Amino acid sequence: MAQALPPQYISIGENKMPSTEPFTIDQFYKNLAMGKLTAGKCLKCGRIHLPPRPMCSNCFSQELEWVEIHGKGKLITYTVIHIAPQQFQNIAPYPVGIVELEYGLRIPGMIQGITQEKLQIGMELIIDFGACSTTQTWPEWPRYCFKPT
Amino acid sequence: MGKPLVSIVSAGLSKFGKHEGLYAREIFATAAKEAFDRCPKLNPKSDIKAMFIGHMGEAYEHQGHTGATAADWVGLLHVPTTRTEAACASSGVALRSGVYAVLSGLADVVLVGGVEKMTHRSTAEVTEYLAMASDYPFEQWNGITFPGLFALIATAHMHEYGTTERQMASVAVKNHFHGSLNPKAHMQKEITIEDALTSRIVAWPLKLYDCSLITDGASCVILTKPELARKYTDQPVHIVGTGQAGDTIGLYERKSLTSLMSARLAAKTAYDMAKVRPSDVDVAELHDCFTISEVVACEDLGFCVLGDGGKLSESGETKLGGRIPINTSGGLKSKGHPVGATGVAQAYEIYLQLTEQAERRQVKDAKIGLTHNLGGSGATAAVHIYRRE
Repeated sequence: MAQALPPQYISIGENKMPSTEPFTIDQFYKNLAMGKLTAGKCLKCGRIHLPPRPMCSNCFSQELEWVEIHGKGKLITYTVIHIAPQQFQNIAPYPVGIVELEYGLRIPGMIQGITQEKLQIGMELIIDFGACSTTQTWPEWPRYCFKPT
Repeated sequence: MGKPLVSIVSAGLSKFGKHEGLYAREIFATAAKEAFDRCPKLNPKSDIKAMFIGHMGEAYEHQGHTGATAADWVGLLHVPTTRTEAACASSGVALRSGVYAVLSGLADVVLVGGVEKMTHRSTAEVTEYLAMASDYPFEQWNGITFPGLFALIATAHMHEYGTTERQMASVAVKNHFHGSLNPKAHMQKEITIEDALTSRIVAWPLKLYDCSLITDGASCVILTKPELARKYTDQPVHIVGTGQAGDTIGLYERKSLTSLMSARLAAKTAYDMAKVRPSDVDVAELHDCFTISEVVACEDLGFCVLGDGGKLSESGETKLGGRIPINTSGGLKSKGHPVGATGVAQAYEIYLQLTEQAERRQVKDAKIGLTHNLGGSGATAAVHIYRRE
């Protein structure tokens, strides 16, 4: 399987990203640190995975490529967390939601820059990289959140 | 009607609540002791050939390897013992593992149980430990708690079907009423709709009274082959259907946010195996970790059509005396939710109901019972169907 790798590089925006980078959650966050929201696309069946997986869970193929996903999406549900785990207590209460992106991909995230009264299912939100700091020590992943467009 | 797969010949449950100074294994021993005492014809040391125990978190007591500790403390030191972990469905899958063991022919009599000791930890700690059953890299990473996940389901359900906070509160009022009739419930206190609606917000739209309780407790049932059941008791309860299914660990990856595919698949398997329909069920224990969870479960199990779970609760049909009494034990909401113990605690209530031992909360002439146990936000679901002889 390893021999049948896709074309070595695919272009995502200005940066070239080697498709040989592992299709892992850790790599997803490394891409995020570069300001890229990415997903893993299976070259065999076409399924796009967010989070990425090293093996396509639809057809078991390991022939994959990274695709960049537009950071703009639609809020499909939300809540406001009042009772928070220890590391988030300093920012509670905070809204979180699930955002639907292109290709029907969905991702959860905190929503900043808006009051609860103005949150609405269906509203447009855009990803913001590097938001929200906490006391978390592991893992060293960047943060992201969503904001109104 | 499907044929019995295995038979429950005895059951035990610790008091649910705060057990200060007790260790999980010690609480588990009280549940096992009740099951042993209830079944004098059982010789635990010579009859029990395998043991499965549901337990979710090592973090609470700095103690893993729960199979070994629990077996020793209930006097079954050298019995093959296995801990099962599937978050809040840990003992629902222990029960299913017990069914596998008996049906395999390797063990004629099996002890199945569950335990969790939680109340000695702060709410923040418990919130964090429970969240470990959700997706770490995207859900926990973004500060989403368990109430938060079910709040995301609730908001979507309200938006899609017009479900109201009052309807969700009616689940809490009903389950607290049932809990007031259960001497083993953690909170034996009735509440009003206003109490529920005005309680403090945990994760909007879920408030304190929409949430199950942080509880210590343990549960236990004894399973055997149906042909051996009469050797141990005159009142066996047969498991006639078992279903388990999974789904993505992350709620966000699922097509539907208002229905749990795992529960629907597990229910279909169990119903087909048992050859019963939802309308045949006389009494059910559903996984009301949050009020919205019972609302969705009623829909997923076919007790009402999709979207009508809130109305069903408000109508009173799920209350004792109604068409389909749900969570007569008080449920996770009022009896309490020691997570690892919950699945088998549900089986314990159905065992009492089908053997007419549920006293003040007895459902008249109950013949068929059902339990529905969820792990996480529905990445695991286990459904069992029971009937009396």
